[in-house]
Amino acid sequence: MALVELSSVTYTYPTTDKPALKDINLKVEQGEFLAIVGSNEAGKSTLCYTISGFIPHFFHGDLVGEVQVAGLNLEESKLNEWVLNVGLVFQNPFNQISGSKFTVFEEIAFGLENLGVKRSEMIERVERAMELTGISDLADRSPYSLSGGQQQKVALTSILVMEPQVFVLDEPTSQLDPIGAREVFEVIKEMSRAGITVIMAEHKIEWVAEFADRVIAMHDGQIIIEGSPQEVLTSPLLPEHGIGTSRYTQAAKQARTEGLFSETTPLPVTLDQAVAGFSGGNHED
Amino acid sequence: MKIEINNLHFTYPGEIIALSGINLSIESGEKVAIVGQNGSGKTTLVKHFNGLLLPTNGTIRIGDWDTKDHSVAELASRVGYVFQNPDEQLFNSDVKSELGFGPRNLGYDDDRTEELVEDAIELTGLDNYRDTNPYDLSPTWRKMVALGSIIALDSPIVVFDEPTTGQDAQSVEVIARIADELHSRGKTLITISHDIDFCAENFERIIAMSEGEILLDGSVLEVIAQEESLATTFVDPPQLTRLGKELGFDQTVNDQASFLGAYRLSHEQN
Repeated sequence: MALVELSSVTYTYPTTDKPALKDINLKVEQGEFLAIVGSNEAGKSTLCYTISGFIPHFFHGDLVGEVQVAGLNLEESKLNEWVLNVGLVFQNPFNQISGSKFTVFEEIAFGLENLGVKRSEMIERVERAMELTGISDLADRSPYSLSGGQQQKVALTSILVMEPQVFVLDEPTSQLDPIGAREVFEVIKEMSRAGITVIMAEHKIEWVAEFADRVIAMHDGQIIIEGSPQEVLTSPLLPEHGIGTSRYTQAAKQARTEGLFSETTPLPVTLDQAVAGFSGGNHED
Repeated sequence: MKIEINNLHFTYPGEIIALSGINLSIESGEKVAIVGQNGSGKTTLVKHFNGLLLPTNGTIRIGDWDTKDHSVAELASRVGYVFQNPDEQLFNSDVKSELGFGPRNLGYDDDRTEELVEDAIELTGLDNYRDTNPYDLSPTWRKMVALGSIIALDSPIVVFDEPTTGQDAQSVEVIARIADELHSRGKTLITISHDIDFCAENFERIIAMSEGEILLDGSVLEVIAQEESLATTFVDPPQLTRLGKELGFDQTVNDQASFLGAYRLSHEQN
């Protein structure tokens, strides 16, 4: 049985009539790295909130269908039980930081404190998590004195330290410089290799291609295509639904219309694929 | 309106040095992108343009004003600053009031305010949301409201802090179009962005910052060709620039058109 399973899930936020998720069926296996792409308001964040239990336990509204994680049923579970299995990193780090702690170290320890973890274990776990995300030098700073990117890493670390089985991330690198973002992706990939299930909404297509095992694309609350990164990210369905594609894909498509890119070479998503694809075109002459 | 910065130093409380010795001038009507790693001082620098921060040492002049002699409210008539996080900026109960707040505060009469608000609504595509509470809008649209409220100030200098963060392909296009329109009206546009592809495709000059100093400053093509130097401030060249380099192109490319132009050329030669 899949670790995460959504069956016929439809969800409508309070005060609206239009469902934000429509008949979602999704299974995610343990240790899988699933990426969610889609235009704004396609339902990516709503799906993240649902898997992580904020819907329906924090955002009420109308949830139909069944959500299960690790054999537990969402509506029958309390949020404080649910979050032991599933951790959510918000898109906006300002929403995650508690506001009640004076240092980054305390901020990251906050969740463990609430669980009553032993002091020595807590210190060790916090230090290890900060090392993983490369923020050890920020330990004594106030969370509010940090740049947006640094805050984003703190938010991520504060969830990572909880060691959830399922790690849900809503554009976790949106404020990070490219190298900082790559470090974060690598940490997340490492976790996924260690058996943690990762579900990530992300706009950075090239990185999705590089890191994810499987991709779903969403539009208007529905999953419009699901498959391998290459298959989904080069699908004509993406631009048709206003979803961005990689600049390599776009350039190759344009080159193809001029006969400059082979019809049989798969459209590239990453730099390596693009180098291979565009060099191939040259050598055919 | 010219921005002139001389030997600017800024230290946050706790002896955290954010800027050390910035010298920079930006002419009227320029389109400038500021890039660099997190914590390199980009936001700290632009917060000096509208007086949100005052130099620890050095001076910054906006036109003939030294920012330390003018209030943030006065400086708003010269420099509009769109925050990275719209939630730090929005506080009115409907979009129209939010957009009208700035111009009204600058002392514009009702007619002029109305005109500026309508212009901002049109540019940002907020027509269907004029009576909506900004906090009932999605983050994408809140960002547009934040943008619109600054456009409505009609200031000669507009600063966008990370305008494309969390935006999808269509919204990024809308933002690029707004930037073009403001530029064509003669405004100075300054953006901070980690999205180097967006910068290379839509701006003319790039300033790369590192550890509170200016590392590189030049035309887009000059700066994006400096791969090693950019790497020291954690910036990768744009995707198609890197691809062009890997394919052995003679010239640096910055967008799809220049990439395909160079590719056609190399194709013909082979």
